[in-house]
Amino acid sequence: MENKLKKIYKWIDNRVQLGDLVNFMSKKYVPVHSHSIWYYFGGVSLFFFIIQIVTGILLLFYYKGSADLAYESIRFIMSKVQFGWMIRSIHSWSANLFILSVFIHMFSVFFEKAYRKPREITWITGVFMFVLSLAFGFSGYLLPWNELAYFATKVGTDIVGVVPFVGEPLKYFLRGGDDVTGATLSRFFGFHVALFPGIFTFFLIIHLLLVQRQGMSEPLHFKNLEKDQKKTMPFFPNFMLRDLLLWLVVLNILAILAVFFPAELGLKADPLASAPAGIQPEWYFLFMFQTLKFLPAHVLFIEGEVFGVLLFGLAGLLWLLVPVWDRKSARGQNNRLINYIGIFSVLFIIILTIIGWVLK
Amino acid sequence: MDKTENNKTGKKGRRDFLKIFLSGGLLGFAAITIYPIISFLKPPKQTEVEVTSVVVGKIDDIKPGESKIIRFGNKPVIIIHTDDNKFRALSATCTHLDCTVQYKKDEKIIWCACHNGKYDLYGKNVSGPPPRPLDKYNVTIKNDELIVSKEA
Repeated sequence: MENKLKKIYKWIDNRVQLGDLVNFMSKKYVPVHSHSIWYYFGGVSLFFFIIQIVTGILLLFYYKGSADLAYESIRFIMSKVQFGWMIRSIHSWSANLFILSVFIHMFSVFFEKAYRKPREITWITGVFMFVLSLAFGFSGYLLPWNELAYFATKVGTDIVGVVPFVGEPLKYFLRGGDDVTGATLSRFFGFHVALFPGIFTFFLIIHLLLVQRQGMSEPLHFKNLEKDQKKTMPFFPNFMLRDLLLWLVVLNILAILAVFFPAELGLKADPLASAPAGIQPEWYFLFMFQTLKFLPAHVLFIEGEVFGVLLFGLAGLLWLLVPVWDRKSARGQNNRLINYIGIFSVLFIIILTIIGWVLK
Repeated sequence: MDKTENNKTGKKGRRDFLKIFLSGGLLGFAAITIYPIISFLKPPKQTEVEVTSVVVGKIDDIKPGESKIIRFGNKPVIIIHTDDNKFRALSATCTHLDCTVQYKKDEKIIWCACHNGKYDLYGKNVSGPPPRPLDKYNVTIKNDELIVSKEA
């Protein structure tokens, strides 16, 4: 058995020089310090993404992407298909935890200033993937074609419409017409299962290749230590085994959540019904939604909503370009401003999410 | 000397135990992960209503020398009104590779377009690849209505 495996390895090694790769992996070290825990969230996010692909493909075996059949096909999955309720619930839970994990990963990288030279491209591809994750959430939310999804999509695409110049055409494009109809569902289905996964995978490959190539970023306090004072751990197998163990724990958490809190289906979307009371977007959109609610009808000479959308757009752009304008961290100096911005952002998101939650 | 040796075998025993325990646990976990996935992929049984007879319509709907394909449960059945004013009902599923056959008026045969299989009007395979005749159905006429039923 072992001999056979060795033979297969040799056969491949002969052709693609696996030895180089193994050599590279064996020389890769992960810094060990008080903030090492944050290194795990990228891997956890990756795991959630893998879960989404697997459960998503499984759901595609039974899901029907049309306004007449979508709701019924999901009811079929939930009630008739063996473990259908579990696969859908895991997909739903994993989607939420994926976004949470991505938030944590992104903020930890921000606070550690790991985006600084030479990791600007890793950061930028990461922010793109973050935005895509939200788009994944938004498009996937419509697919069951239930009441909540229908109105969330109406509101969400309507907000896109307020963006100056491009808003209206973009809204029309997203909806596949003037209103949210079966045409919107078909589009969102296409975005969710084909377009977004394709683009996401492209960024993910670059992101992962860069992480492997450049290794883990060292925080400033660690970087300035003497070489013999730096504690490290081999990436393979030490760090990887820890990663895998964590994935196992995460998979168990997902199973427990799916069993005790399965995904709901609600009522089928009805374009003639009124919006139900207490309707809300998904939690990760809540802070933006709540901010727009708080803005007055007019700020200076522009409409409140337009102002809000522009403000978030500008904040997003600055966030994306932080490796460019944060010169101090790039030089290896401590930049307190970044910490203040990060703390402000975290507090802003948490407080407005809680307010949105309570005020529903 | 003895003591260290004992220690060594003890360590080895523990190591073996852990090896079996952990790999067994991992294997069990893999099994309970894969089991739901395989079960999920099995298409659930759809309850089908057993169809024994179908009312096709009035006799006049199909003129002599014409044919019609109707639904019999989930399967297509071809009804042919022969020139000598008789009705025949045959399974329209070719016995070769599951295509649906058609009536060729000019040649007075049942023909399958997929691989050029031919049957006579009694459903007997006369040329081409079909291995068996087409299944027969009964045709009865009641109050000018055409009724197709399964051959008992």
